[in-house]
Amino acid sequence: MSLTAKDVAEILKLLEDSRFNELTLEMNGVKIELRRGAIEAGDIRETRGVAKPPRNAVPASISQPTPTISPPPGAVAVPAPLLGIYYRAPKPGEPSFVEVGDQVTPETIVGIIEVMKLMNTVRAGVSGEVLRIDSRNGELVEFGQTILFVKPR
Amino acid sequence: MLIANRGEIAVRIIRSCRDLGIETVIAHSDADRDSLPTCLAGRAICVGPARPTDSYLNMNAIVQAALGTACDAIHPGYGFLSERAPFARLCEENAVRFIGPTAAQIDAVGDKLRARGEAIAAQVPVVPGGAVTSAREAQELAAQLGVPLLIKAVGGGGGRGMKRVDQLKDLAASMDMAAAEAGAAFGDARVYLERYVDSGRHVEVQVLGDGTGAVLHLGERDCSVQRRYQKLIEESPAPGLHASMRERLHEAAVRFATRLQYRGAGTVEFLVDMQRDEFYFLEMNARIQVEHPVTEMVWGIDLVAAQIAVANGNGISKGSSGGWAVECRINAEDPAHDFMPSPGTVSLAQWPAGPGVRVDTYIASGSRISPFYDSLMGKIIVHGDDREAAIAGMRAALAATRIVGVKTNLAFQQAVLADAQFQQGGVDTGYLARFIETQAGAAWRAESG
Repeated sequence: MSLTAKDVAEILKLLEDSRFNELTLEMNGVKIELRRGAIEAGDIRETRGVAKPPRNAVPASISQPTPTISPPPGAVAVPAPLLGIYYRAPKPGEPSFVEVGDQVTPETIVGIIEVMKLMNTVRAGVSGEVLRIDSRNGELVEFGQTILFVKPR
Repeated sequence: MLIANRGEIAVRIIRSCRDLGIETVIAHSDADRDSLPTCLAGRAICVGPARPTDSYLNMNAIVQAALGTACDAIHPGYGFLSERAPFARLCEENAVRFIGPTAAQIDAVGDKLRARGEAIAAQVPVVPGGAVTSAREAQELAAQLGVPLLIKAVGGGGGRGMKRVDQLKDLAASMDMAAAEAGAAFGDARVYLERYVDSGRHVEVQVLGDGTGAVLHLGERDCSVQRRYQKLIEESPAPGLHASMRERLHEAAVRFATRLQYRGAGTVEFLVDMQRDEFYFLEMNARIQVEHPVTEMVWGIDLVAAQIAVANGNGISKGSSGGWAVECRINAEDPAHDFMPSPGTVSLAQWPAGPGVRVDTYIASGSRISPFYDSLMGKIIVHGDDREAAIAGMRAALAATRIVGVKTNLAFQQAVLADAQFQQGGVDTGYLARFIETQAGAAWRAESG
C-alpha cells in the first residue's frame, strides 16, 4: 500500500487547518479515521478481511458507571467483573474483606457479587493500598462499575 | 420494564413504553454504552462484555438486573433470549413477567418437529415429510417422498443444518453433514426430511392471543424477497393472492395458535405453492418480528403495546385494515462484495420523513455499528393507498436517505424496487438469488464498482 508517513502527516495537517473535527479517508483498501483531540492521532486498519472492533478507546459515556466524585490521583480502579449484588463482607455482621488503608495483592478478595443466588468472589487484581471504596454493601453493581480504588505499589 | 435487547427494536420498545407511561431500564452490553437505546431508556444497566453470550444471552445477569432495579416485566425483543424457554421460566420463577408466550408454548414451537406435529393436530397442512431415526428409515422415507428433498434441523431455522438432496445416493452423506451443522448451531443434532418445494412464496400471518384461547389475526405479510433466508423487503398485504387463499391462510394460523392457547404476539409462517394452489406450515415465531411495522401501518395498531396489554391481562382487540405497507431493511453491508458486513462509525445519517413514512432505527450521525452484532441499521416503512403508491413512496424515501461512513444496501434495495418483476408482485423466495445473478444485478454491480 502506497501511503507513506509523509502522506499521513500532510492529511493530518489538512484536518488541523480545517474547521472540521473528524476526517475519514478510504482508498485502496486502507482506511484512515482522524479525530481532533482523540487519544490516538490516527487509526489505520485494513478494510478487507475479518472485521475488527475499533481500536479507539470507548469515549466517556452517559451511562458509564463512574462515581460522581473523580478518582483519587494515581489510583487504579477495581471494576466489577460481572453484574450483581455487591457485598463487602462474607456474611452480614462480619468484618469487611477490606477497609480503606488496607494493603492488597492481586489475589486479595475485596468482595462478593451475588448473581441469582450464586456467589462470586471479586479479587483486587493489583497490589497496593485501598484508597477509597465506592460500591455500597448490598447494592446492585453493573458490569465494569468501579468497586474500589487502589494506589498501586 | 426491563428491555433485554439492543438496536432498533430496543428503541422501538422504549417508544411504546413512553406512550404508555411505563418506566424503562435497558440491559445493555459494554459495547452498547453509548448507543441510542441507552440514552433513551430511563436507566441503563451494563450486564456484561460485548460478546452476546456474556451479555444479551446472559440469563442470570439480566434477571438479576431486573430484580435489582425493581422491574415488573422483561421485554426480550427478537433474537437473543426471546425464544428461549428456560429464560421465560426463570423470569416467571422470579415473579418478573416475561412479555411473550409461556415457556411451554416456546417449547412447543421451538422444536420444529414438535411444531410440525402441532400443525398436523390443528389440521394445518405441512410439507410431506417426517422424522427419521436411522439411515434405513431415512432411505425409506426419502424414496417415498422423492427427490429433491430437504434435510432440516429440529432445533432451529435460519438455514443452518439445512441441506438439499437431489439424488438419493447422496442422502446419507448430506444427513451427516446437516446433523453436524445442526449440532454445532443449536446443540441438537436431530434432523428430519421434507419434500423440497421448488417455487414457493413466504407468507406469514400475524396473530395475537390472550392466553386463554382467544386468538385473532392481523392479516398477512409477504417476505419472499430474501437472500439465504434473510428477509430484505416485506410487505402487507401479500400481493396477488386470491381471496380464498388469503382466508385459508388466516384461518390456519388462528387454528394453530388457538390450539396452543397462545399468549401474546406471534407469527405463523407458510410456504405458498402458487402452481398447486396449496400452502404448507413452515414454523411459528413466538416473538415480535423485525417486520412487524408493516402490519402496524396497515392496521393502525401498536403491536408492542398489544403485547404489554396481554401481559397485563387486558385482552386483545383489532381495528380494521387499510392500504398497503412496504418495509426495506437497511443493513450495514456491502452488496458488491457478497453482502459482507460493514461495521464502523456512521459519520452522517439522514433518514427520510414525510406522510406515511416511518423509520425504526438506532443509528444517528456519530453512531457506531459494532462488529459483535447483526448489521441491521434500521427499517424504512412506507404506507400508501395501494401497492403502487407504497412502492413509489419507498423509492422516494430511499432516495432521501443518506448514510456515510459504512457501506449499506440502500442502492441495492433501490435496484430491487425498480425491477419489473418485483413491481409486478408475487415473486417467490428464489427471486432475489436470480436477481443478483441476472442482468439487473450485473448492471447494478457494474454501476457500483
